[in-house]
Amino acid sequence: MPSAATLQTLMQLSYLIAAALFILGLKRMSSPVTAVSGVRWAGVGMLLATAVTLAFMGGASSLNYTLVIVAMVIGAVLAWISGKRVAMTDMPQMIALYNGMGGGAAAAIAAVELYSGNEHNLVHLTMAAIGGFIGAVSFSGSLIAFAKLQGLINKSVRFGGQKFVNLAILLISIGFGFMVVSGAGAESGLPVVSLFFVFALILGVAMTLPIGGADMPVVISLYNALTGLAVGFEGFVLDNAAMIIAGTVVGAAGTLLTQLMAKAMNRSLGNVLFSNFGESSAAGGSGITGTQKAIEASDAGVMMAYSQKIIIVPGYGMAVAQAQHKVWELTQLLLDHGVKVRFAIHPVAGRMPGHMNVLLAEAGVPYDLISDLDEINAEFETADVALIIGANDVVNPDARSNKSSPIYGMPILNADKAKNVIVIKRGQGQGFSGIDNALFVLDQTRMLYGDAQAAVSQLIQAVKAAG
Amino acid sequence: MIDGVIALYIFMLAAFTGYEVISRVPVILHTPLMSGSNFVHGIVLVGAMVALATADTPLVRVIGFIGVVLAAGNAVGGYVVTERMLKMFVLAGKKKGS
Repeated sequence: MPSAATLQTLMQLSYLIAAALFILGLKRMSSPVTAVSGVRWAGVGMLLATAVTLAFMGGASSLNYTLVIVAMVIGAVLAWISGKRVAMTDMPQMIALYNGMGGGAAAAIAAVELYSGNEHNLVHLTMAAIGGFIGAVSFSGSLIAFAKLQGLINKSVRFGGQKFVNLAILLISIGFGFMVVSGAGAESGLPVVSLFFVFALILGVAMTLPIGGADMPVVISLYNALTGLAVGFEGFVLDNAAMIIAGTVVGAAGTLLTQLMAKAMNRSLGNVLFSNFGESSAAGGSGITGTQKAIEASDAGVMMAYSQKIIIVPGYGMAVAQAQHKVWELTQLLLDHGVKVRFAIHPVAGRMPGHMNVLLAEAGVPYDLISDLDEINAEFETADVALIIGANDVVNPDARSNKSSPIYGMPILNADKAKNVIVIKRGQGQGFSGIDNALFVLDQTRMLYGDAQAAVSQLIQAVKAAG
Repeated sequence: MIDGVIALYIFMLAAFTGYEVISRVPVILHTPLMSGSNFVHGIVLVGAMVALATADTPLVRVIGFIGVVLAAGNAVGGYVVTERMLKMFVLAGKKKGS
């Protein structure tokens, strides 16, 4: 049996290898060609780190050892089943859920350190408290995000002075955190550590409740970054290099991703978190005059069959109706007719960045037919038809021209520049964010009302009938 | 083992690495990549295991147990959904993936 020091070195070395595999894996995931191998590399790193930890957990009592194994099996089996079963359209909330679990785990590590009272190093105590705080906020916040996307919570809770209430909760939890670290609360008899975590959890809930569903991608991305940071902090506490590196890499990458997404909506992160988006929309939408003009699927199908170039703009409505397979069927049919078909994806279409790309990929749409905003915007002018499937704010020309609109300044897809616009929409009402859309009342726009899947099926029949 | 200043160096270098790795990612991979980075912070599992292994009171055991369940869920769930998503990306001309 090698000495304890040798074992420790071996363990740290395997953590180093795991960390390297994570970074290489993330790098490979950044290209579609190597992406699948990337997640497998990271998976090997995870297996290695877990196996080594399990093997070298020598000091643990047999009770603790059994508990570790049982807990791992429970968590792994539940996540495996749910991860395999979830529909692609529900991916955003699943990621939010798994992310919340990671944040909760980081908070649990902090709680173990703080409750057991074995730790007296001030730096470590501070790190544990900060990581625990961030982890707890990410945990409860992600669960609320999950509940909202899953439809368990339908309302965005807002009230006057909410910012100040949230600020007060934040200050109280920081205050308790201070007492935990300094040991000031020890003799007061207050359950300081518990109060610290309770207020951190409440803060996560209070921060997320007022945020509208349209902003959820940014929020999930933010919590993803926060969980990474929390894991990094707990890594410092446990002297675990793999946790420090992996957590920090995710924290930095997630922060950048969050900024990219907020920028795509032309809003700062603070604006997403603290302005009650959607409230001002009643005033902002009042400038729209004109009526929506309906079209029958048969007419729309003929128009499309005899077009030269069609640009399809998918949105959340396509995801809700699970219409992506029908959309690809329609696309193939049009391609057979010699029509040039492209997909235009807005960075924040759907509920997560790239949400639409994932759905289209699931249906089998090759990704070279798919273009993002910068690539395709100039092409709308030469398109005969822009087909909008369940998208709304991302094609609202008010964002360019109407200064009173809440989304003024957001980069949009220039669907209004196309010669004809066909909009598939469930009804005449406003979209998710509650803003009127000037595109819907333009002269060249026709509305095809109905569920996206049913409407696209009718279009398929119509195109077939047309020739 | 990892003292303060060294830890800060690790933190700084890892932060730059994360920033660089993601700055070259095409938009179409943003969701899978968020999912992938979500999987990577599942490494919190090893920390939760160590924390539970050292637990010595019932309260701490319960918290540690919950921590390991959550962390294992993060790691396994993150992996499964990321792999499922990434498998779906295919080039035009290649056969359609499942």
